[in-house]
Amino acid sequence: MSPSPASIPPAPADAGAPLYLERNYLNARRGLWSWLTTLDHKRIGVMYLVLTSAALFLGGIFAMLLRIELLTPGPTIMSALAYNRTFTLHGVVMIFLFMIPAIPGIFGNFFLPLMIGARDVAFPRLNLLSVYLYLTGAAIALYGMIHGGADTGWTFYTPYSTTTVTMVWPILLGAFVLGMGSIVTGLNFIVTVHTLRAPGIGFMRMPLFVWALYATSIIQVLATPVLGITLLLVAVENVFGFGIFDPARGGDPVLFQHMFWFYSHPAVYIMILPAMGAITEVLSAFARKNTFGYRAVAFSSLGIAFVGFFTWGHHLFTSGQSTVDAGIFGVLSMFVGIFTAIKIFNWTATLYRGSIAIRTPFIYVIAFLFFLLFGGMTGIALATVALDVHWQDTYFVVAHFHFIMVGGTVAGFLAALTYWWPKMFGKSYSERWGIVGATLIFLGFNFTFIPQFLLGNEGMPRRYYSYPVRFWPLNVASTAGASVLALGFLVVLATLLLSLKYGKPAGPNPWGSRGYEWKTLSPPPEGNFLTQPTYPRMPHDYDDLNPGRGGH
Amino acid sequence: MNELMRRMLFLPEQGSAYARQVDRLHYFVISMTMVGFVGVAATVLWFVIRYRRRAEGEPTPTIEPRPIHEVLFVGGPLALFLVWFAIGYPLYVRLQTPPRDAMDVYVMGKKWMWKFAYPGGPNDMDDLHVPAGRPVRLLITSRDVIHSFYMPAFRLKQDAVPGRYAETWFQADKPGRYEIFCAEYCGLGHSAMLGTLVVMEPEKFDAWMTEARRSPAVAAAQDTPDAAANPVATLARQGRNLAVEYGCMKCHSVDGTRHIGPSWLDLYLRKEPLEGGGTVVADEGYLTESMMDPGAKVVKGFAPVMPTFQGRIPGPEVAAIVEFIKTLRTDAVHPAPTPGRAYEPVPGFDPTRSR
Amino acid sequence: MPAAESHVAHHFPDLEVQSHAARLGMWLFLATEVLLFGGLFTAYALYRMLYPSAFHGASRLIETSMGALNTVVLITSSLTVALAFHYSRQSRNRLAALLLVATIGLGFVFLGVKAVEYAHHFREGHLPGRFYRYAGLQVPGASMFFTVYFLMTGLHGIHVIIGMGVLTWLAVGAWRGSYGGDYTTPIELGGMYWHLVDLIWIFLFPLLYLI
Repeated sequence: MSPSPASIPPAPADAGAPLYLERNYLNARRGLWSWLTTLDHKRIGVMYLVLTSAALFLGGIFAMLLRIELLTPGPTIMSALAYNRTFTLHGVVMIFLFMIPAIPGIFGNFFLPLMIGARDVAFPRLNLLSVYLYLTGAAIALYGMIHGGADTGWTFYTPYSTTTVTMVWPILLGAFVLGMGSIVTGLNFIVTVHTLRAPGIGFMRMPLFVWALYATSIIQVLATPVLGITLLLVAVENVFGFGIFDPARGGDPVLFQHMFWFYSHPAVYIMILPAMGAITEVLSAFARKNTFGYRAVAFSSLGIAFVGFFTWGHHLFTSGQSTVDAGIFGVLSMFVGIFTAIKIFNWTATLYRGSIAIRTPFIYVIAFLFFLLFGGMTGIALATVALDVHWQDTYFVVAHFHFIMVGGTVAGFLAALTYWWPKMFGKSYSERWGIVGATLIFLGFNFTFIPQFLLGNEGMPRRYYSYPVRFWPLNVASTAGASVLALGFLVVLATLLLSLKYGKPAGPNPWGSRGYEWKTLSPPPEGNFLTQPTYPRMPHDYDDLNPGRGGH
Repeated sequence: MNELMRRMLFLPEQGSAYARQVDRLHYFVISMTMVGFVGVAATVLWFVIRYRRRAEGEPTPTIEPRPIHEVLFVGGPLALFLVWFAIGYPLYVRLQTPPRDAMDVYVMGKKWMWKFAYPGGPNDMDDLHVPAGRPVRLLITSRDVIHSFYMPAFRLKQDAVPGRYAETWFQADKPGRYEIFCAEYCGLGHSAMLGTLVVMEPEKFDAWMTEARRSPAVAAAQDTPDAAANPVATLARQGRNLAVEYGCMKCHSVDGTRHIGPSWLDLYLRKEPLEGGGTVVADEGYLTESMMDPGAKVVKGFAPVMPTFQGRIPGPEVAAIVEFIKTLRTDAVHPAPTPGRAYEPVPGFDPTRSR
Repeated sequence: MPAAESHVAHHFPDLEVQSHAARLGMWLFLATEVLLFGGLFTAYALYRMLYPSAFHGASRLIETSMGALNTVVLITSSLTVALAFHYSRQSRNRLAALLLVATIGLGFVFLGVKAVEYAHHFREGHLPGRFYRYAGLQVPGASMFFTVYFLMTGLHGIHVIIGMGVLTWLAVGAWRGSYGGDYTTPIELGGMYWHLVDLIWIFLFPLLYLI
């Protein structure tokens, strides 16, 4: 495994490579039809990028509408029904159309094969099918939004969701189809990791992003079917009245909550694990440092995937479950926190004696660390059960999961996007505007959600259309922060889009990264590599004075 | 100190000793969180400045963790988290176990109001009257969708689930008025489903209760047909009528006679041995459970022949029947466990069918 | 073996790895199917616990002999599909195709029996939730039994129909000689799916008909 001492210092991977590969995966075939029928994992990744970004934009608009409505204690710009529909749509769009598919769909598809030296994922046709499942699911859900406008919240709690007058089944069906797409992606990744690793890449040499995706895929495959059947049962109940969750017909509404959270709690890890994996890559690249505790980081992903299945009951502390159940679920929730803590400590230790460059992606890494740390600690605080009784269903919980979801997943998404953008499109974006956007997002995010923690302490329940006047000042602060956050997103969007037209060619490896995915040209050729790369050293091994020491 | 932290964290006033205890845990947890947060954040920032890149392409040493690192990374947070849990969980258990001498109030959520019923007393809407300094147990259910009974000043919340009763309790320090919210999303009027807790001096409360029992105006707020016909009908009296109507009396006696099911006389708070071992105290929770899920805990010596009434008896009526059972008390100090049943049940005979 | 190599996609090094990938993918897919039914089994377990006597009474209303007949039919069909795979590996493609057709035929028999049962339930009013109108058993939980019964057998029926579609496609391919010898992965995977459908029924039959 050790390379010969003659390779000190090693020739950069990009020696003699063109700055911009003229004939690449983007233009090797032309026309809309070539995109719609493509089996190339990179093009599928780009299609996911377009689709999920559109979903993020749509969900963001809903979020802004909600914040504007909450600017005053009474009605501001919409009716109570419109408000209830808007927060439902915000949740459904953000979770099912953005959070779950985004990082695996975009960066998993694009980079997983590149990182393990494969030419494609194991089942390219299934991969394309997952895009169409996503489109179909999104179309059904959008039809439901325009036509029925479900007002149940994204959690679809029975018996409200089975008795409401609004039309719920299209959104449920849409989420079911989206879930099928998610299963297909997960299945594809697992098989790819098992069968298509290039010679030299053993399991203990895979980039940590691949480990995170692998753990995510296990959750996707095992948890999503349960959500599927649960949503179908609610839809059947809503349309036909079979009574399965209806107390008036002998059904048990809390059974729904158990089945729903059996999926939806692990789903939180479907959303955050890929972001953790991406952050690991970006952090190592900009610290020029091997990841501290490779095994610990890799196995903690699996640990989260495993323990994540046994914590769902912490959503039901106030639903009347027994105190014994509450105790068990509380302790198990602490263990998930441990795995996250391991990651945070290892990331911090990775910085030690590194060579740290503060570039746009790295700012997102720092932001991610802060958000995850605070979001995670408040999560543990929620698992202490007694405090949860006060916080359950208040803005404290809203702020907590937005710290994990927006602060964690979206920051991870943006770190990944700005880090891999030059590889995906071969162009550099404006570093100055990149930093401006990242800073705006960091500040805006804090101003939006820290007041919401305090609102929760003060006792404001979530999903409130109007509220007592004492909650007013903090709501105004939160809405002001949200505007800054929205501005930050627009700056990022503009910076990246303009780079496509005006950006300079980035070169094969603008960051000097030693991640495996940088061993090809920018943008990559259609078959991923012109010549199959070799993998003599661990990913992110920057120890040129003692090469191969990290070679396990 | 308490007051300073409370204001810094925007917590509402503390209406009970329990609220103060929860807040102490809150301060502890939030301080530890901030210490941990500042510690890690400062380390990150220090590393970022100390090890900033000085030249492109610098080599860096490969550093691998030693076992002590792993132990610290796992053990440190685990110990901290378990301490939090060890403080928080007993508090939760305390909230779930009301004291024996607590006064009962039945709480029912419905779109979009709270209804409160006092055993042997009046019904009331939106305003919950309780005496200061006495423990009050709330038996919470819902009539339609799931609601959640939330009193921020008491750090107390319990979901109101249709078809089952949940209990929680509190003891207010001093007279005053406090907010009641619905915390589980329930539709258009969710944020308008507000109530007020009115804590009164105990003597004033007793006077209010006496007055309310007498006053037809308050009793008329009851919306059951029985109440309309007979404005002074108490919950227990309603329960008696309902028990006859639902056919309970076909198997249960009220005078201690042995029959197909255990007698209701002195049943309340009796310790009953169970079929398959163990015992149960026949409190409100067990009585409700036995109506909803009769097979779950069968008293020793009886056959599991009782049909479930899940979905057949609305929440308030369950409350009424339980209240009726509670009135059936003699002065026996230690009610003996129920002797076994007197008759073999007739196969295929469903005592509730004739209703 | 040029015939076999033509089946290898460009991103796989050889046929063996590709078949391994396909098999692994199928096992994962079957795991998702098990979990899909898992939700319904959970609901069954909970309501059986809540309404033991109603479930006992209601399960007397469905004809055990019909269920037993269908069990035999499905187990036989599992045998025929396994034989189809066996002969396909010996490149006896026509025989394999005929066995697949026999499997599909047994699938039709299964659905036919199920249709007779359903028709009986519709006539008698053994229906889920608010549609339940059978006067002979009016206890709470009886309608819940039929809710669970129709959801479980309905979802299983949908799987049978999908399986028959897959087998039809395989039968056509086998008749044309698209598979055989070293390349029998599609028939193997289709057979695995059919076995799963069979296996789920083997769990449904005792839970719904016998106990």
